[in-house]
Amino acid sequence: MKTFKIILLLIIGALLTNSCTGGSSGGDILASDAAQKVYVKPGEWDKVYWFMSGGYSGNLTVHGIPSGRLLKTIPVFSVFPENGYGFELETKQLLNTSHGFLPWDDSHHPTLSQTDGDSDGRWLFINGNNTPRIARIDLSSFETKEIIEIPNSAGNHASPYLTENTEYVFAATRFSVPVPQKSIPISDFSKGKFYGTITAITVDGKTKSESKMKIAWQLLVPGFNYDISHCGKGPSHDWCFFSSYNTEQAYKMLEKNASKNDKDFILAVNWKKAEACVAAGKAKPFIGKHAHNYHNEGTIAVSKIKNTIKMLRPKDCPEVAYYIPTPKSPHGVDVDPTGKYIVAGGKLAAIIPVHSFAKMKVAIKNKKFEKKSYGSIPVLKYNEVIHCELAVVNTKDTSKSLCFGPLHTEFDNKGNAYTSCFLSNNILKWHLGETCEARQKVPAYYNIGHVSVVGGANKNPYGKYMLSLNKVTQDRYLPTGPEMAHAAQLYDISGDKIKMILDFPTMGEPHYANAIAAEKIQKKSKRIYKLSKNSHPYAAKSEKEAGVIRKGKTVHVKLTAIRTHFKPDTVTVNQGDRVIFHVTNLEQDFDYPHGFAVFGTPIPNLLVMPGQTKSIEFTAKKKGVFPFYCTDFCSALHQEMQNYIRVR
Amino acid sequence: MKTKFLFLVIMTIFFTSCEKKSEVLVMDTGGSDKQEDPLKNKGIGPVKTVKLGPLDVALAKKGKKIFSTKCSACHAIKTRSVGPALIGITKRRSPEWVMNMIVNTNEMVEKDPIVKAMIATYMVKMTYQDISKKDARKILEYFRQIDK
Repeated sequence: MKTFKIILLLIIGALLTNSCTGGSSGGDILASDAAQKVYVKPGEWDKVYWFMSGGYSGNLTVHGIPSGRLLKTIPVFSVFPENGYGFELETKQLLNTSHGFLPWDDSHHPTLSQTDGDSDGRWLFINGNNTPRIARIDLSSFETKEIIEIPNSAGNHASPYLTENTEYVFAATRFSVPVPQKSIPISDFSKGKFYGTITAITVDGKTKSESKMKIAWQLLVPGFNYDISHCGKGPSHDWCFFSSYNTEQAYKMLEKNASKNDKDFILAVNWKKAEACVAAGKAKPFIGKHAHNYHNEGTIAVSKIKNTIKMLRPKDCPEVAYYIPTPKSPHGVDVDPTGKYIVAGGKLAAIIPVHSFAKMKVAIKNKKFEKKSYGSIPVLKYNEVIHCELAVVNTKDTSKSLCFGPLHTEFDNKGNAYTSCFLSNNILKWHLGETCEARQKVPAYYNIGHVSVVGGANKNPYGKYMLSLNKVTQDRYLPTGPEMAHAAQLYDISGDKIKMILDFPTMGEPHYANAIAAEKIQKKSKRIYKLSKNSHPYAAKSEKEAGVIRKGKTVHVKLTAIRTHFKPDTVTVNQGDRVIFHVTNLEQDFDYPHGFAVFGTPIPNLLVMPGQTKSIEFTAKKKGVFPFYCTDFCSALHQEMQNYIRVR
Repeated sequence: MKTKFLFLVIMTIFFTSCEKKSEVLVMDTGGSDKQEDPLKNKGIGPVKTVKLGPLDVALAKKGKKIFSTKCSACHAIKTRSVGPALIGITKRRSPEWVMNMIVNTNEMVEKDPIVKAMIATYMVKMTYQDISKKDARKILEYFRQIDK
């Protein structure tokens, strides 16, 4: 009986202590003081902006770290119903290409603009992978201001990668194609008739116009799959490096046929040399139809089609490029903060190979080349360039591997490297100096793609936080049906041992993420658009300017919005008229947008920031009286912010 | 028997352990209808003292122009619109208060006792229009002209 009582008491005691707490503890993450490290008090700000690509969503999200809060989605290559981007007339032209209006793409690698090898907080560049494009986002407004199409390319994956002072933004071809495009047998790929291009884009930081990017030249290279890139820094300032796979030039069953060679290549391009050759007239005019689109604030975006570029061939510019053999089907190619070492993520390799820039220069000088060259590009001897090989795979028992499937490496400010290991679900911390030594293995859940350290690809990494960007989520969060958000885990890397401190879902498919200390951006973030600087042709900068302008069957409605009414209050048009509403938000107060929607029109929402003018266009098809209203809750009288359009 | 009793006691504790009476929030309806002389209220903001001279007609004309673009969406002179009619404003309010309301709208809306009382009548908060101190002075001159 006594035993029974004791058991009963124990059970009840256990029930009592548990009864007021919900859920279970999170295992490793709550085992430490992790919660304190990521807790940002209500009303307080995060320390870091982390920009994550949206992958197949075509846009970009901004998270605050360490809290993991989602701060904003920035639409880039895709139309965005939340604010009307790409639907409204002001930004629609940004999505124009030589193939017409393409309102969707696949965005992969956000890269912050650089000055002296560090992120400077001016702009962020991101690639459109499917129909090759590079976008520039202004970080004072967090808006896409410019998109340039990359001609003579396909699968714009090794893109965008920047030189130390943003002298150039580089893009390279992942899916080699006939250049210029023509219809030839697909099997010609294996005969070397397909090509890739390395595209160098300049960015004019001095002009006030948002028309800043320009294709300076393209370098025509053999048709391999150029995957990822990084440019040098310090001693390697003049060079950019591009990883490649499928040097087998397979066009069928790449998974098998492009994995035959033990080594593929890193392409080292001397961009200073290329620049000199282009200046000396070695690059020739070449077909290269591409769209260049930009949006000056306060007006309507412009799209221009250009038809030619300058093409440089390696044979016309000796010493412009070299191939460095690298095991095996490498993904990442990362230059350490000193600029002395080039680390490859040899996806299928049992080692992490590290090349020495100094050795590469000596090998070039002494012509330590393999017999075979490709498209006038010499192949350097592996042993002459390799600095160290960090053995990471246990072939007898892969579960014991330090890093199985190394993909991508970033660095901290203490000489350590962090490599993502896709197949073994972990990050490997290792030390890179005269030798390479493994230091710590931490789990990532699951199938980690890229790893991102704040400033981890720069000359001076910030070093405190690291993020894993994972491809498979499964049991990490509450289930939401078959489709789960991707998972990211945040680690504190400031101490001797890495600690996982947060796990949070992300939007779309963040391939890569690029982070910057918040102080570099937060102070110059715009609060409003000045009405006085609004140069939109149909802006109504005061209610006096509001009204209707009829030009034949086209009716421009210059509409003003201010808490809490529109002017004009009523609009009458004729059936069949082409109606364009230009809505100007007269507010000049931070964070008071007005929304706008008209019954039965294909564009159901505009979000107009203070001082902005945005426009929607539709044809008045049916006779009747239809409401329009403010879609953004703006004041206590928001519900009253509603009027009618009559179609007679 | 004893065990049963013990069980009941413990279960009672268990089931009541999370119950907590919700507190009722009672609105404080106190306060004073008495207001200090509004003309002594200089408002909150960067405008500390305004020296008024004889009416400057040229300045008032500039003020009228700014008023018509920045203020007239919500204010009329003689009648109540979204906000109050502005006739008599210089008799009801100090010049500093008027200018602070224009240049430091958000803080005035949150803190100034006169504005807080007015919100109950108008049910809408005045919006900041990014007007400089210099321009606010011109608008004040326009109000002075109206009230003359």
